[in-house]
Amino acid sequence: MPSANCQLLIYTDKFAARNSYVRSNVLKILVCMKQVPQKDAPLKLNDAATWIREDVSYEVNEPDAFALEEALRQREKHTGEVVVITSGPARSQQVLREALAKGADRAIHLEDNAFVGLDAFNTAKAFAAAIKDEKFDLIFTGLQSDDYGYAQTGVILAELLGWPHATIIMHIEKNETGIRVKRELEAGFFQYVDMPLPAVLTIQSGINKLRYATLIGIKQAKNKPIRKIALAEVQSAIGENLQKIERLYVPEKTKKTVHIDGTPAEIAKKLVDKLRNELRVL
Amino acid sequence: MPDAILVVVEQREGKLNRVSWETIAAGQAIAAATGWTLDAAIVGENGSALAAEVAAKKVTKVYAVESPKLEPYTPDAFAAALKQLIAAKQPKLVLMPHTYQVRDFVPKLATAMGRTVISDCIGFKHENGNLLFTRQMFQGKLAADVSFASEAPWFATFQNGAFRGDQAEAGASAAPIETVKVEITDGVIRNKPQDVFKEAKQAVDLTQAEIIVSVGRGIKEQKNIEMAKQLAEALGGELAASRPICDNGWLPMDRQIGSSGQTVAPKLYLALGISGAIQHIVGMKGARTIIAVNKDSEAPIFEIADYAIVGNLFDIVPPLTEEVKKAKAGS
Ligand SMILES: Cc1cc2nc3c(=O)[nH]c(=O)nc-3n(C[C@H](O)[C@H](O)[C@H](O)COP(=O)(O)OP(=O)(O)OC[C@H]3O[C@@H](n4cnc5c(N)ncnc54)[C@H](O)[C@@H]3O)c2cc1C
Ligand SMILES: Nc1ncnc2c1ncn2[C@@H]1O[C@H](COP(=O)(O)O)[C@@H](O)[C@H]1O
Repeated sequence: MPSANCQLLIYTDKFAARNSYVRSNVLKILVCMKQVPQKDAPLKLNDAATWIREDVSYEVNEPDAFALEEALRQREKHTGEVVVITSGPARSQQVLREALAKGADRAIHLEDNAFVGLDAFNTAKAFAAAIKDEKFDLIFTGLQSDDYGYAQTGVILAELLGWPHATIIMHIEKNETGIRVKRELEAGFFQYVDMPLPAVLTIQSGINKLRYATLIGIKQAKNKPIRKIALAEVQSAIGENLQKIERLYVPEKTKKTVHIDGTPAEIAKKLVDKLRNELRVL
Repeated sequence: MPDAILVVVEQREGKLNRVSWETIAAGQAIAAATGWTLDAAIVGENGSALAAEVAAKKVTKVYAVESPKLEPYTPDAFAAALKQLIAAKQPKLVLMPHTYQVRDFVPKLATAMGRTVISDCIGFKHENGNLLFTRQMFQGKLAADVSFASEAPWFATFQNGAFRGDQAEAGASAAPIETVKVEITDGVIRNKPQDVFKEAKQAVDLTQAEIIVSVGRGIKEQKNIEMAKQLAEALGGELAASRPICDNGWLPMDRQIGSSGQTVAPKLYLALGISGAIQHIVGMKGARTIIAVNKDSEAPIFEIADYAIVGNLFDIVPPLTEEVKKAKAGS
């Protein structure tokens, strides 16, 4: 598409009241990105045993990084805007900084410690309240979080907004009437689904190849806006949690596991002995 | 009337999905603990035929929820249909298997009713009259007991393998089946699903392999796959992997083990640098013997391993390969 044309479309997008979402080719995409404990961070329980002690290292929830990458690719194809949103304490701003460095245009930070304890229903309600004055064509979430693992926030958000949704997405193609997405099903099956915009999609890891932030990107990110939203601003939109963690614990072991110790050479000998004489596979 | 549990079973291509029996077993266990009654529902055109299969189990009633709009599956139609059923029958607790289809529509259904889902549970506890659901958190490193803080209906989904389907009790006589015709108005369904397909013909059939050496992200780099391959060859087994390895293109997709890949049950499954996320475990927990090598002693894979080797796979694998070769040469 010639660039003059793009400019015009962005202009239309910004200044005309858009009631038809497929009229322009521009895509305005919101990406929900969560900060979660690093994969190999050793976790300790808090005193009440209802959550972990927060003094661990954090990273971006894996599928959310793929969701951002997909949004950036869609913007490169169709022009438009990529906005990232997170809810969590001050530390979670890091996720937004990284996203801005990779190319997101701006960010929204629902900043408060209390957001960590919200169930998926309330997190989605807080997001819906935070974006009520915006007009997105697409919202991407990861398919599930590494900490809570609800696998629900995106679908709930879609329902709250009255939008259609599709989950576990491995491909997205914009067309005349909306989008065609590829859903991953169980056991190696897939399915294409046609759907109108606006829509919510939950993105599966591996949908694309992640990019790294460039030095220029990191520099430019410093000047990109992060809108901060305090808990008080969305408090009226959220309510009591509908589910409650009574206790958190290290899971009880159900299987009797035999540990094989020693130097690598000793382990190799012991293991081969078992493979041969107990398991009889050698 | 006593409180009721409603189990929604899942059908696929005219057959009941195997996990449906697990959820019925879960429902029966909760019914026994609480004294609540247990009903089942099957959603979709021609559910009546399959309803008879469910009615043979120990349940009070089976609802066959029907509308021509339920075929093919869409989250809009399923949520609308079940909302009508639940509003009419008012169960206290609604249980479903945590399948990809259920996770696609159940958060929508619960939200539409102003309720919540405790998702992906592995068990339940009934303590002093309170019902708690146990679920994994932090990728299986921790578990949580979770309660409902809202009014009924309560929704919970159970993880694949959480209960034993073959332990679903048969009923003394067939339960009555009630066909429930639901009205799904035009415009409710917004998605247009196309036919379900498989990407490409599978080049390897890992389900037949007796020995599988499987690599995870602990292998670090593509070039290190060769080391695992040599061990697999020495053992006369096949090479497989966790999802991130296939996502990276380090091994072809048809060697992926897990919920979105193959399900295998070899004599020996050797997991190298695999953490043991549930989506991987569902694909290999049927192995007769599981050996896991992982540098993290707390890795969830050790919960299901028969033999645990806590250590660096780069130290362990080469001498192991040599030792296997020696043993084979000597025999
Ligand atoms: C809907 C859905 C479907 C999915 N389907 C699948 C599926 O079909 N198959 C699948 O596998 N996953 C699937 N996943 C992903 C799954 O949740 C996990 O993310 C994935 O299995 C993790 O792979 P991993 O164990 O290789 O990597 P990680 O979780 O990163 O674990 C790597 C492990 O290697 C260990 N390690 C690191 N270095 C070394 C070393 N030098 N020596 C020894 N150990 C080391 C670490 O301690 C760690 O335990 C799915 C997820 C979702 C949400
Ligand atoms: N606190 C949060 N901040 C940003 N995104 C979130 C948050 N919680 C959930 N999400 C999004 O919702 C997805 C699914 O999370 P969950 O429902 O917890 O499994 C994640 O992958 C994120 O994209």
